[in-house]
Amino acid sequence: MDALVKNKLKSIVGSENFYDSYEDRLVYSYDGTPIFNQIPEAVLFPEDEEQISQIVRLANQEKFGIVPRGSGTGLSGGSIPTDNSIVLVLTKWNKILEIDNSNLTVTVQPGVITGVLQKEVEKIGLFYPPDPGSLNVCTIGGNVANNAGGLRGLKYGVTKNYVLGVEMILPDGRFLRTGGKNMKDVAGYNLRDFIVGSEGTLGIITKVLLKLIPKPAKSITILAFFDKLIDSAKAVSEIIAAKITPAMMEFLDNTTINCVEDYTKIGLPRNIDALLLIEVDGKGSEVQDDAETIKFILKKNNATNIQVALDESQANILKSARRSAFSALARKKPTTILEDATVPRSELPLMIEKIINASKMFDVIIGNFGHAGDGNLHPTALTDERDPKELDKVHRAFDYIFDEAIKLGGTITGEHGTGLAKKQFLEKVTGPVGIDIMMRIKKAIDLNNILNPGKIFSISPKCEGSLPNKREHIANFNE
Amino acid sequence: MNNHSAISKLLKVLPNDDILQQCIHCGMCLSNCPTYDLTKLERSSPRGRIRMIRSVARGEMELSKLFAEEMNFCLDCQACETACPAGVKYGRMVEAARVLVDESGFTPKIYLFLKRFALRKIIASKLTLKIVSRLFWIYQKLALNKFLRKTGLLKLFSKKLYEIEKLSPIISNQFSDSLIKEEELPEGEIIFNTAFHFGCLMNTMFADINVDTIKVLKKLGCKVITPKAQVCCGSLMAHNGDIEFALKLARKNIDTFIKYDYDYLISNSAGCGAFMKDYAHLLEDDPLYAEKAKIFSSKVKDVTEFLSAEINLLKSKFKESYELDAITYHDACHLVHSQKISIQPRQIIKSIPGIKFIELEEATWCCGSAGIYNIIRYDDALLQLQRKIKNIRNTGAKIVLTGNPGCIGQIKYGAEKFNLNIEVLHPVSYIKKLLE
Repeated sequence: MDALVKNKLKSIVGSENFYDSYEDRLVYSYDGTPIFNQIPEAVLFPEDEEQISQIVRLANQEKFGIVPRGSGTGLSGGSIPTDNSIVLVLTKWNKILEIDNSNLTVTVQPGVITGVLQKEVEKIGLFYPPDPGSLNVCTIGGNVANNAGGLRGLKYGVTKNYVLGVEMILPDGRFLRTGGKNMKDVAGYNLRDFIVGSEGTLGIITKVLLKLIPKPAKSITILAFFDKLIDSAKAVSEIIAAKITPAMMEFLDNTTINCVEDYTKIGLPRNIDALLLIEVDGKGSEVQDDAETIKFILKKNNATNIQVALDESQANILKSARRSAFSALARKKPTTILEDATVPRSELPLMIEKIINASKMFDVIIGNFGHAGDGNLHPTALTDERDPKELDKVHRAFDYIFDEAIKLGGTITGEHGTGLAKKQFLEKVTGPVGIDIMMRIKKAIDLNNILNPGKIFSISPKCEGSLPNKREHIANFNE
Repeated sequence: MNNHSAISKLLKVLPNDDILQQCIHCGMCLSNCPTYDLTKLERSSPRGRIRMIRSVARGEMELSKLFAEEMNFCLDCQACETACPAGVKYGRMVEAARVLVDESGFTPKIYLFLKRFALRKIIASKLTLKIVSRLFWIYQKLALNKFLRKTGLLKLFSKKLYEIEKLSPIISNQFSDSLIKEEELPEGEIIFNTAFHFGCLMNTMFADINVDTIKVLKKLGCKVITPKAQVCCGSLMAHNGDIEFALKLARKNIDTFIKYDYDYLISNSAGCGAFMKDYAHLLEDDPLYAEKAKIFSSKVKDVTEFLSAEINLLKSKFKESYELDAITYHDACHLVHSQKISIQPRQIIKSIPGIKFIELEEATWCCGSAGIYNIIRYDDALLQLQRKIKNIRNTGAKIVLTGNPGCIGQIKYGAEKFNLNIEVLHPVSYIKKLLE
């Protein structure tokens, strides 16, 4: 990017919000995703919508990419810079603008931390359920852009179930507001839901209106240990078949349990094959009844030990232990590659078997954990990115896992998004027609492909490396 | 060329690539980092700093002023280590990076002087520290400090110096090593064989806490050995880029204590305790000391750790009930983050009959003291202190307990600066008062 363009950017946001030292660019070259990284041209902290709009218009003129970013905890590479791009950081937009008690909604800026929002609304008896593992760090803007899920997805759904409205700057620099406080709204195409999960490729989110629900009055948290992995999977299927919908039903295998125990030291047994962490919540006696039924089913499926959390703080310790699983697995090997293949819940036991197969067939250590209740697993390869041979084995194992998931009617990603990490597998799920429609939509809205380019899919022409963006960069025919 | 080879030689102080590679940049540390919270810049975060250190180590990035600034901006509070599920040893990386920064001339001369001269020549030398402290004591006794403060004379030189002078704790009338006998025996039967490390600053500026510690230990049936030949633990030097000197002190301490027979080595200073527990790791490659260091470190216990292990015995010494003011507890970084001690002190406090304990919001957030950080980076430290005082004010407590001399001094200073009427005490001093 030439100095002239940089100066223009600087004059838009002011030099105090413009960073282009090597150090600053280096530390925005990654997000939570392993392996992928690229150094951006500059890092910008815009202060208002007008500045964003001007940046976007400039990007269209000068043909550079814009990569929106929150806290950078994503796991599909959604906020990793691409060639000739700038990073637009929105973490300073962190105000909760309004909590509407009569409509049970909250309006926030995109940089509000999910966990902070939850604490704030819970103070007045309200509840925002989506709880990705990184909830103490990640932003609402990132959650909306990736339609983030979490532990409570089973009963309460994911981010899209709570987004009522979005404000954004479109790829042509125009401002768009879609949705609102109406519980019902069928005016025209449902643009709002369409934006959720668009991974920063269709617009830069500047404000979000979220739905809240009353906080459940009571909850019971149950921990169960199993000597056989398959028993735990069967217990999960049986609980769902018994028409109980727990708030969460989480599964950890032996490798994960050991890593989590190394970190938390909360006394998890190291020799068991699997554990389930289940929470039921609601009102009155129903919660207790459900807990009893679940305990009965766990016992029937050979749970060796069943414990109930004594109070909220004990339950919270267990839940945050579970949330640490992904990063805790990094204790074993330098690189942890986390995937989120998801299958219909009835296929869970089969999918777990396939993952164990993959581990053996390709000689890769795979720690497995995940949201058993909604069929969303997190097989995590423990490897070393500095060794190409190891990485190759991992890639082949995941190829196999994705193929098997799709055969079972599943998908390649349940909650992390496609981003960079999974775009090569996308067509397997969507089919050629699906991907064609997606690309047409992208082209129609983002004519010059400036917003988060290269994410989800590569817009043609496909080529290795970057395209020359200036006449002088094009090599002479004879050279 | 020469410069280049000098740098590459220097790079060897950084941890090896396997250790640097351990950070998977998941970002779980961000919300716990006081400096990231201030700037919201990735380079002020543990994750960002690790990436920079790794790039320098791999020769992909040159040492720079910005790099040096971020390494020194870090409080080294190690809250990120507590938050890190992957177990990344961030503290070691940043401390190594500080050595690099100092050696390659990126640290301002005045700071380097403070770090090297003050830490090596004054703090580490018991005699010099005592002389300097005594001079300071005279200065305080003559009320020169009050005179200076009142007239604002120091302000003429530097407004900051005027503020920093107020940070200096009141020097004790008598140093604790002259008050504590080399062997102290309990009144009744000996139940525990303990040794005591009296620290450097604790000895001269917080002598009463040391005396209180001995009294409490004796009440519980401890025989306490306090070798006169012991030296400063070395933690301040190590955290400020002078690991070689710190290791000299470590060896000296090991040689001193090895002559005595004891089961626990009690420390009442979080920073010292954490560092002495780390001797085992720091000297693991030293063939002469590796084994001795392991044994030495395994016996080190923070006084709250020791008391909570003997909680029933302690309880039996309390009266039936007390009339007490509301109380809160601030977690010293070197207790909660370095030693993972946070339940123990609370358990002790809560066991006091009639206690009104109020949990402090963000209790584990650094108060800004951070070794000598509050002196060399006064403005940055003040922002953290302001936040701490606000949280303490919200509890409505009249007494704050905390287990580290640095935190005690810093919070006392903050209370005065921001007009908060509280008493700041070491838990062991509070208990001593109750046991009397």
